[in-house]
Amino acid sequence: MLSTSYPETEFGDLHRRLFALRVGLLLVVGLLGLRLWHLQILEGPYYRDLSENNRTRQVLLEPARGLIYDRNGILLANNVSSFSVYVTLEDVQDREVLIQQLSELLGLDPALVRKKLAIKGSKLLPRKIKDRMTLRDATLVESRRLDMPGVMIQVESQRNYPGGLIASHLLGYVGEISADQLEKPEFDDLHQGSIVGQYGIEKSYDRHMRGTAGQKNVEVDALGHEKKSSVVEKPQAGNDLYLTIDARLQKLAEDLLGEEQGAIVALDPNNGDILAMASRPAFDPNVLSRELTAKQWVEIVQDEGRPLNNRASQGQYPPGSTFKIPMAVAALETKTMSPSSTVHCTGGYQFGRRLYRDWKAGGHGYVDLHEALVHSCDVYFYSIGQRMGIDVMAEFGKDFGLGRPTGVELPSERSGIMPTPAWKQKVKRESWLPGETISAAIGQGFVTVTPLQMASMMATVANDGVNYRPRLVRAVMDRSTGNLQELPAVPRGKVNAKPETFRIIKSALADVITKGTATRAKSSIVTIGGKTGTAQVAALRTGPEESIPKKFRDHAWFVAFAPVESPKIAVAVLAEHMGHGGAAAAPLAKEVIEAYMNLTTPTPVATSGLSGMSLDDGRGFKDS
Amino acid sequence: MIDRLTERRGLDGFDIRYVGLMLAILAIGVLSIYSVTQGQQSGNTPYYLKQLMWIGLGAAAFLIMWAADYHDLARFAYPAYAFILLMLVFVLFEGRTSKGAQRWIAMGPFSFQPSEFAKLILVLVLAHYYSKAPRVGWLQRVIVPGLLVLPGLLLILKQPDLGSGLSFVAVYAAMLLMVGVRSQAIGFILLFGIMLFPFAWEGVWGSLHDYQRQRIMAFVDPGYDPGGKGYHALQSKIAIGSGELLGKGLYGGTQSQLKFLPEGHTDFVFAVFAEEWGFLGVMVLLGLFVGLIWLSLEIASKAKDQLGALLAAGIVAMLCFCVVVNIGMTAGMFPIVGIPLPLVSYGGSATIMTMASLGLLLNVKRKRLSLFY
Repeated sequence: MLSTSYPETEFGDLHRRLFALRVGLLLVVGLLGLRLWHLQILEGPYYRDLSENNRTRQVLLEPARGLIYDRNGILLANNVSSFSVYVTLEDVQDREVLIQQLSELLGLDPALVRKKLAIKGSKLLPRKIKDRMTLRDATLVESRRLDMPGVMIQVESQRNYPGGLIASHLLGYVGEISADQLEKPEFDDLHQGSIVGQYGIEKSYDRHMRGTAGQKNVEVDALGHEKKSSVVEKPQAGNDLYLTIDARLQKLAEDLLGEEQGAIVALDPNNGDILAMASRPAFDPNVLSRELTAKQWVEIVQDEGRPLNNRASQGQYPPGSTFKIPMAVAALETKTMSPSSTVHCTGGYQFGRRLYRDWKAGGHGYVDLHEALVHSCDVYFYSIGQRMGIDVMAEFGKDFGLGRPTGVELPSERSGIMPTPAWKQKVKRESWLPGETISAAIGQGFVTVTPLQMASMMATVANDGVNYRPRLVRAVMDRSTGNLQELPAVPRGKVNAKPETFRIIKSALADVITKGTATRAKSSIVTIGGKTGTAQVAALRTGPEESIPKKFRDHAWFVAFAPVESPKIAVAVLAEHMGHGGAAAAPLAKEVIEAYMNLTTPTPVATSGLSGMSLDDGRGFKDS
Repeated sequence: MIDRLTERRGLDGFDIRYVGLMLAILAIGVLSIYSVTQGQQSGNTPYYLKQLMWIGLGAAAFLIMWAADYHDLARFAYPAYAFILLMLVFVLFEGRTSKGAQRWIAMGPFSFQPSEFAKLILVLVLAHYYSKAPRVGWLQRVIVPGLLVLPGLLLILKQPDLGSGLSFVAVYAAMLLMVGVRSQAIGFILLFGIMLFPFAWEGVWGSLHDYQRQRIMAFVDPGYDPGGKGYHALQSKIAIGSGELLGKGLYGGTQSQLKFLPEGHTDFVFAVFAEEWGFLGVMVLLGLFVGLIWLSLEIASKAKDQLGALLAAGIVAMLCFCVVVNIGMTAGMFPIVGIPLPLVSYGGSATIMTMASLGLLLNVKRKRLSLFY
């Protein structure tokens, strides 16, 4: 019958086969029923007994989080063991007595202990009462443990940042996964209580550093004490990161800012490596990686200095006269100006009914492009700005990476603003005023940038237009294979300008240091090129700088590169409310550049202040 | 023509028994999911509510598949298959990984599992293929449809998703049996199978993850259990067995409530149900499934054309396979391959797909003027 294959009879065959299927189905279901009869009725009492005495529990083994090193292998983040005390409600006999005992032993508020025990969830889920216990407290609890069934001391891995405040903004911090994060697919291998990166590199490279949890089966006795355990799967430690920053330079940059608010970014123009990225005020990632009380958190968030804000990548400031660098490139490339043509500066620029002032009363006289940059002549740039128009200016600004994120591997990077009439119409619903073009030409008005963007702009000029994406991670060490994978530099396009243009600009920037507005950045060991800038904070100001309240004083900018002949470092310094860039910011840039030149010369000069940082593997423990 | 239109609008063929059985099984599923996940941490949407939402979407899919003309649907079989193959390729590159397998495509807060939908589309493709022309000879009967199945199967095994892969093969085998194969052809398949086995074994076994190999080895040889991977199977058997005749009652399942039994709301939901409702409850659930399948088989045998009969038979085969393999694996009769229990296990893609399939099956029952036949 299987050999017939004509349509009509086939349909008939189908019915016969469906009948066979019914018989087959009944047979199979009968078999399943028999099996279930066997399991539930015949062997039921046996399995019920097993289920009542089921004492094996599955316990997750948390993986060790990947470590973070600087470019030379100095440890920036590791894990240390810490003691935590847990309570498993299932095994507790008298909850009130236990609360009394624990709060006395640990010096805690009984109400707090009660609150921690009341967290919703299975009675089998251990609840953390206190972490980061001292060895003394841990020993005290351990010695009394037999009187307190259900109490358990656990050795845990705690994220630790040996440098304290060093590089806190770029390292970030870790914390328990939030309910919102748990719902997201990228965290689906995690569970409540898992530690994930919440800020900085810890967040953006969390996938690499997280590792994979292992598992063990634990047999417990009636009091919940572990009797026997077998590891089913070993946890896989997360991967280690090697950053591009030089911890010594980073520390220096942070110390230079000191108590002031501001940011310093240093880049290697040849590959985009971020050598230092300082932002002040800072926070202590060790504190933030712990369980914070609501009050502590509010204190940090409401701090006037906004310490959580990474001013290097999230602070947006008017670039002031540092913006004259891309404008000078634009003027030469659009042939608005030849290198030798001049503008007569009389100390102001009349446009319509308004006089746009130069910073120097009386003016600079006849200036060409070179002199206009060296002495930061505003009138020259008012004039070329008006001739080029805002759209051409914005185009060149964008070529240098302004008004868009640099793509650095940090969360919540800000893009700044490179304004155009279209932008203003869209955002402010107003049309562009011609005078705004003139303000924009000297980096005031709507133009805002981040210090990281300015460092990248400077690096692009230093590198004759070739631009790399600023990056913080240069290599990832894969813990499962032991391979160190070097990450390649990421090219980010090229500014289309003639080499001659960059030569002219760079020579002018060199003269800014030797005889212009930033003579305080002159170095005896290396040639430096740079540009000062002042970002206006309050529009109307009277009297000398010192008489104005500090929060209304201008921000000081300085961008620089060195050595002029073959650049190895580009720096941007922003010091908030510190007045003129030449006085406040330029000396800081010089110190960073000199330190880097010393660090990279074959005979290194001893650096101070970092003796506390060790080069050893501080991974702590791997499996526990 | 007018007759046909009015008839199409009516509720003809809307079998209330059939829908009732489906809803009863769905209700058992929601109840079990509710019971096993009640200790779920607060803040997240409870699983049973999410499952109810999936059922809502599934009901929409059911009605659409029921209301459309299955002849029209069959016309889209090949494009739909091509599309799902693209999704399966996409999932390999962009899919999200869970437990070492890449099966899901993230869509906003949800994720979507194309391999589930691939099963239903495969039924459509094969039914369309066999009903379009009399397929004579083993080349047309066996090899060509086999080549149709192959790309989907390989993509699913690559994820790897052993359970969906086996369902794929089961649908193909069921379709072959339905249209009938010459005994010679069966011989050929067997011979080829035996000859290719070493290579296939290498390919399939090599593509499995460690946890899957260990699960299979733990079944083949219970002594082979180096790291306690037989844990799932043992805990599942304890859960079912300890339910005894009457069960431990709602929330009473210590195995599942105390988290001894993993995946209690998905692949092992049957064990949760058996523990809480005992042998009697299990017999009720099995009875509901048998009733649903019985009605489905009746629809298949009363179908007015070959396309309808093959569609119905293919869907029934798929349903039977999943029910039997899932219950068999939780009861320790088969290795644990990761097939959810249709209509009961938690899961968006599977619930919607199963309800859509049942809608299509009921569609076959509708009276239609035979304009085409």
